[in-house]
Amino acid sequence: MEKHILPDIAALHKIDIYETHGGYGALRQALGMKPEEIIDEVKKSGLRGRGGACFPAGLKWSFMPKQTSKPKYLCVNGDESEPGTFKDRQIFEFNPHLLIEGTLIAAYAMGVKTTYIYIRGEYGKWIKMLEKAIESAYAKGYVGQGILGTTFSTDLIVHRGAGAYICGEESSLMNSIEGQRGYPRIRPPFPAQFGLWGCPTTINNVETISNVPLIIKNGWEWYSKIGAPKHPGPILVGVSGNVNKPGVYEMPTGVPLLEIIYKYAGGVPGDKGVKAVIPGGSSTMILRGDQLEGACMDADSLKAAGSSVGTAGLIVMDEDTDLIKVITRVSKFYYHESCGQCTPCREGTGWLWKILKRFEQGEGRADDIDLLMDIANNIEGNTICALGDAAAWPVQSMIRRFRDEFEKRVTSPEAEGAQEVAA
Amino acid sequence: MLSEKNLAKLEELKKYYPTTQALVLPVLWMIQEEHRYISEDAMKYVGELLQVPYSHVLGVVTFYTMYRTKPVGKHHLEVCTNVSCMLRGSGKIVEQLQKRLGIGIGETSKDKKWTLSEAECMGSCGTAPMLAVGDEYYENLTPEKLDKIISDLERQ
Repeated sequence: MEKHILPDIAALHKIDIYETHGGYGALRQALGMKPEEIIDEVKKSGLRGRGGACFPAGLKWSFMPKQTSKPKYLCVNGDESEPGTFKDRQIFEFNPHLLIEGTLIAAYAMGVKTTYIYIRGEYGKWIKMLEKAIESAYAKGYVGQGILGTTFSTDLIVHRGAGAYICGEESSLMNSIEGQRGYPRIRPPFPAQFGLWGCPTTINNVETISNVPLIIKNGWEWYSKIGAPKHPGPILVGVSGNVNKPGVYEMPTGVPLLEIIYKYAGGVPGDKGVKAVIPGGSSTMILRGDQLEGACMDADSLKAAGSSVGTAGLIVMDEDTDLIKVITRVSKFYYHESCGQCTPCREGTGWLWKILKRFEQGEGRADDIDLLMDIANNIEGNTICALGDAAAWPVQSMIRRFRDEFEKRVTSPEAEGAQEVAA
Repeated sequence: MLSEKNLAKLEELKKYYPTTQALVLPVLWMIQEEHRYISEDAMKYVGELLQVPYSHVLGVVTFYTMYRTKPVGKHHLEVCTNVSCMLRGSGKIVEQLQKRLGIGIGETSKDKKWTLSEAECMGSCGTAPMLAVGDEYYENLTPEKLDKIISDLERQ
């Protein structure tokens, strides 16, 4: 398939090269359209968010009030901290102007005067790359006052995070931009009504926004025919773990996971079997190797398979992988990253990690498996934001799909007693 | 506490944010850039500079892991040990560094040259295992490559 987000064009990060390949043409086109026509175009294209929730992008934009005395804001989410996710980084490095152009079109469509591109603090190098690209776009009159001779003016600011996974959650991202601790907010009110500084705000993922110029340039019909009909478009899939060629691959949505592993990522080293796969970043439910047949990288297919697309960060684990070690590490991460606002998450993530450590050290107790499940069930759905769910799902799915792995690590006397009774 | 250059940058940034509180994170970055860590005095200074209470600044500094309240060694080595890196041998990278530098995770060498930390996912999953030293990422590490990186840093 032809690549659109990360095409194979040398030095595309330079504005002159980007322009030579039609760059900023979509912006010119958009400025000749009515804002509502653009929102309609994005709606009809079927573009869904690439940050994890797969929410329809055009619909999100349409929530922004048309008549308001308050300033409107756009936040582009480049916090990219979900373990297994490393795609936005490629956009900052190899095609930053696509992101800038998409941001400008979105800002025009929603009447936004200031956009904050929030990037995780660890990406210092990529922040500089994007800032350089933004500078050159200002110099050419694509950003700033009276863009391309029109009355439309908008500014673009890069806002650097400082190491907090939670800030990828849209409401904590806004609090972080406001200069606060990254605590998620209770919704409603939703950001489109009460966002940054109480003003209408939309938050979109970097990759989502980077799809917008393609839709404007080629039309919604063209876009809607790429990949899976209900979740169309190109998608950046990051493959990591036990594969021969890890990396970010652009493909249409709907590609079978097995094709991603074996064709795109070159299969598993030593031709080993696949024991398990995390399809979309560490918070998505783990799948057994024997569940992969027929599962494809799109929202409906992965839902049917018992997981989700998430950020399309596919982590492959071969037959020798110690899954207890994996889930213990995943749980440690969520414990570390819990912001501490909600009791079930703050306490529960710590309990999960501590109990899992017992299993990792081969000291699990027989009733620990049900205890883990009970704790996870009590976190899920009982917190302000989705971090609680993100901590619960991997544990729940790991127990459901790999219970035998836990049972193998049960060594306490009670457990042996229980087994004897069962026998 | 802040250089003229950063103070000028701050004035420029003020145009794009409706409150001074929003500049807490950017200013803390400037402080850390210039002083390597954020002292109590620095936090008080940021509070006065941006007209926000010291308690607020302290709250922000201690919430975000990248802000340091204590000095670190000249080279701050951070190894990601999250799942994707773990599957590709980050454990061995940590071991090798501990052995060569003689320090454990979270420790600084006596000569203040090295600090070793374990990091959460750095977005380097496709180029794992990795090591970050400041803003620089060293990726697709092998034992030989790591040895050379440390030798090069040693000479700095």
